[in-house]
Amino acid sequence: MDLILIAVISLGAIGLVAAVILYAASKKFAVYEDPRIAQVSEVLPQANCGGCGYPGCSGFAAACVKAGSLEGKLCPVGGQPTMEKVAAILGLEAAASEPKVAVVRCNGTCANRPKLTQYDGVRSCVVANSTYGGETGCTFGCLGCGDCVSACTFGAIKMNPETGLPEVDESKCTACGACAKACPRAIIEIRPKGKNNRRVYVQCVNKDKGAVARKACAAACIGCGKCVKVCPFEAITLENNLAYIDPAKCKSCRKCEMECPQNAIIAVNFPPRKAKPAEETAPKAEPVAPKAEPVTEQPKAETPAQEAPKAEA
Amino acid sequence: MKTFRIGGVHPAENKLSAGKAIETLALPKQAVFPLSQHIGAPATAIVKKGDVVKVGTKIAEAGGFVSAAIYSSVSGKVNKVDSVIDASGYRKPAIFIDVEGDEWEESIDRSTELVKECNLTPEEIVAKIKNAGVVGMGGACFPTHVKLTPPPGCKAECVIINAVECEPYLTADHRLMLEKADEILVGVQILMKAVKVDKAYIGIENNKPDAIKLMTEKAAQYKGIEIVPLKVKYPQGGEKQLIDAVIGRQVPAPPAIPINVGAVVQNVGTAYAVYEAVQKNKPLFERVVTVTGKSLKNPSNFLTRMGTPMSQLIEAAGGMPEDTGKVIGGGPMMGKALANTEVPICKGSSGVLLMNDKEASRAEAMPCIRCAKCVSACPMGLEPFLLATASAHGDWERVEKEMIMSCIECGSCQFTCPSRRPMLDYIRLGKGKVGAIIRARNAKK
Amino acid sequence: MANKLIVSLSPHVHSGDSVQKNMYGVIIALIPALLVSFYMFGLGAVIVTLTSVAACLFFEWAITKFILKRERTTILDGSAALTGLLLAFNLPSNLPLWIIIIGALVAIGIGKMTFGGLGCNPFNPALVGRIFLLISFPVQMTSWPVAGQLAAYTDAETAATPLALMKMAVNGDAAALEQLPSTMDLFLGNNPGCIGEISALALLLGLVYMLWKKIITWHIPVSIIATVFVFATLLNLVDPAKYADGLTHLFTGGLMLGAIFMATDYVTSPMNHKGMIIYGIAIGFLTVLIRTFGAYPEGMSFAIFIMNAFTPLINTYCKPKRFGEVVKK
Repeated sequence: MDLILIAVISLGAIGLVAAVILYAASKKFAVYEDPRIAQVSEVLPQANCGGCGYPGCSGFAAACVKAGSLEGKLCPVGGQPTMEKVAAILGLEAAASEPKVAVVRCNGTCANRPKLTQYDGVRSCVVANSTYGGETGCTFGCLGCGDCVSACTFGAIKMNPETGLPEVDESKCTACGACAKACPRAIIEIRPKGKNNRRVYVQCVNKDKGAVARKACAAACIGCGKCVKVCPFEAITLENNLAYIDPAKCKSCRKCEMECPQNAIIAVNFPPRKAKPAEETAPKAEPVAPKAEPVTEQPKAETPAQEAPKAEA
Repeated sequence: MKTFRIGGVHPAENKLSAGKAIETLALPKQAVFPLSQHIGAPATAIVKKGDVVKVGTKIAEAGGFVSAAIYSSVSGKVNKVDSVIDASGYRKPAIFIDVEGDEWEESIDRSTELVKECNLTPEEIVAKIKNAGVVGMGGACFPTHVKLTPPPGCKAECVIINAVECEPYLTADHRLMLEKADEILVGVQILMKAVKVDKAYIGIENNKPDAIKLMTEKAAQYKGIEIVPLKVKYPQGGEKQLIDAVIGRQVPAPPAIPINVGAVVQNVGTAYAVYEAVQKNKPLFERVVTVTGKSLKNPSNFLTRMGTPMSQLIEAAGGMPEDTGKVIGGGPMMGKALANTEVPICKGSSGVLLMNDKEASRAEAMPCIRCAKCVSACPMGLEPFLLATASAHGDWERVEKEMIMSCIECGSCQFTCPSRRPMLDYIRLGKGKVGAIIRARNAKK
Repeated sequence: MANKLIVSLSPHVHSGDSVQKNMYGVIIALIPALLVSFYMFGLGAVIVTLTSVAACLFFEWAITKFILKRERTTILDGSAALTGLLLAFNLPSNLPLWIIIIGALVAIGIGKMTFGGLGCNPFNPALVGRIFLLISFPVQMTSWPVAGQLAAYTDAETAATPLALMKMAVNGDAAALEQLPSTMDLFLGNNPGCIGEISALALLLGLVYMLWKKIITWHIPVSIIATVFVFATLLNLVDPAKYADGLTHLFTGGLMLGAIFMATDYVTSPMNHKGMIIYGIAIGFLTVLIRTFGAYPEGMSFAIFIMNAFTPLINTYCKPKRFGEVVKK
């Protein structure tokens, strides 16, 4: 009995002393934190991807609370709904934003871009890129080692073993931009998703001269400028032998896609074209028919309304 | 016998072409001159399409102080100034010259007679070397005149000539010493005069006893030149290792350079180029290149004009063997694997090495077993396993603290690793990143 | 040239060294000691060794295949076989089979695979197994058969080891030290003990082989042996009746086995020479300390185990001598 009593008393005493110390410490070393930071943190997705440009979700929450305005602040993972919740907590106005998605701007599939050498170093795009121009003749295109895949925290990018190219799963992609940052060749671009998820972009980043680019890859942009001429909205610019479609100006008319002799411009998530749209696009600036004629309806017609139009190229 | 103190490995020497005298290679049909053949700013082309050039005509001017001029090695017409796929597979600007005949500039003294006397002042010598476009011929291609111009506050105490040729397979320098000993020694004397010192050492590994003997005999006639036989150990040809081996001084960690310990290191090939540039008015447009490989029919040493495609050298040595898996520009430890064999010979091309499929592919990497062999092998006293892992994880702060910038990329760690880990791939990546970070930091200051 | 050129960064050649070569090299170095144990303990030693090796290989295979679900089996790299052999070397030759199998499971399962397999374990797996058994089955683990009973296994006659005698001396039994076998017998291996630890000579042969093949460097074994010798001799000078002399310490128990084979384990020892020497000195010091003043007669395995835990710390604070650090002349 004594033993138990002693144990209870001594343990109790130790507990009491510890409690007093803890209490004192919590008072003495207390740090004031705006309670709204925790509230904002709670509605954030907690992916800690850094896509917002801040170190993790708590960093973003602190920044939102501190800034006093949500202008220019966007959680790419949660998107507009999350930002509205944040705005509600802080009593602010959520800035309007457009949903975005990562696009892979290379269509150098195994078929389009024959391999000339075999890379035997570390399976890392960054290392391969610093080693040499790559296995194919194209020194701008995808290296296929999958740095973007390992950078993605949402499992939204996968390598397609058939094409050797990464493919983005639109439903999972949060446009956080980690893949774009990881790619040493800046092939991945974060683009607005577009109306009805429909968007048109140049699927190539090759800046070589036309002949060189064409020799390296059957789907390379050769900088011929036809798309620039055909675009009614001046959305396309040509620089360093490479066309770029400004998503802000593009109205998704798909004229450029039809015009491109290399099929380097791609339109995704559009319904299949009607059988013979050739008449509509007939009034062209120049009659350089031979190149325009193989606009190859086939692959385009087959282009499914969903993802992965690259697989069949 | 002397050698450097820390680390080192012993790769199989395979000096297949050591007994082959230097042959002069036939002229190419078209010579290609990349504008960036050296460390530093690329040269700027001063010829255009259709221009007629002779052998020894300047075709590109140095693009800055750390840069070098480029001379035509052939006579003919400029075909175009365009881009060529260089050794790394990327396109770089280059001058293409179609070869017609073999007409030399008249200023070049083409006689084989040895010219010993040199009455130029040090400044004149450096100017002449600079004008001739001479760069380090060992592979790094650092413009020679820069090395001969010590930064303020530094004073050269001796010239060290790198005749180590520690890379397996390569024999270009070895043959050059056997065949051009006197020219080299005169070149060394000119170098001594240029940096105003009266002592020079020529470090030669003792796997070249014939060269040591010949050079020792000849050096007796030249004042202040001492031949230093060195124990065979890779990477003795590394600038810092050579200084340690020859005069027992260690260059501190970067940004310190050899001149901080009073040494000016030049390759033996550079010494020869300096002789030709100063005494014979002959700019740098040809060099000795070893073409070698176990499957190659006839491993040889060729006196090759710059701009000759490597494929021509391979043809001259018996053609590309069926089982070729890898073509390397340079030696097997530090050379660059080529993506195509049309790459032209440049100022720094010391060799072309063909490896068969089996030698060429890397074995699968196993987990690091922490055997510490890489640490023992590292000639810079670094911890390669740590640098590689931290680089792979992108911990740039840590690798900088662990002195990644001291790495000389000699490959000893990867050579020795029982788990065959591709350490140097990652370390190079880390070095690149940390270098960029340091530059950015310095720029901010 | 039909095939594509291979491109990778330099170096393009390799020394030809491999994990297997190193592991099997150590196994070869263990053969002299193994033969001595067969000669001294006969059947028992054979059974224990085979069981331990087989069990380690089995657990390595089973865990990689069914738990970690890795495609590549790693049983051929020699590390599991080496662990099995070293574990057996640390066991008495009359140990029942089931205990050995438990030891192997702990060594491979807990000591190695839980951390991710080869190269990731913080402690020497064989030591984990051995210490687990020593604590769990102290009776079976500390009854050593007398050498020379070739046909006996679990039924072998047992005797006190030299270490037990040394412990008795420390505890005040003045006559204990005189019962010790002669130093020569200790050196050659004619004394009771674990399978692999009895013959210092055979183990030293192994050391010479490993140094010659450049599998290990001298730093760890030499620093351990020197420290133990110096420290034990000092104690002996203080009171010769209580403390055994330095040589006896060197040739008894698992000291040689530990210094040459267990402490030098690649994965768990420091990564540079300076660190290795610190590690070796600490092990030697702890060993004598535990042997003389601790509860257990043998301290080698505990000393190594403790220093394994300090290895990451040593690696962090002890750096190799960088090139150019000291500018001399």
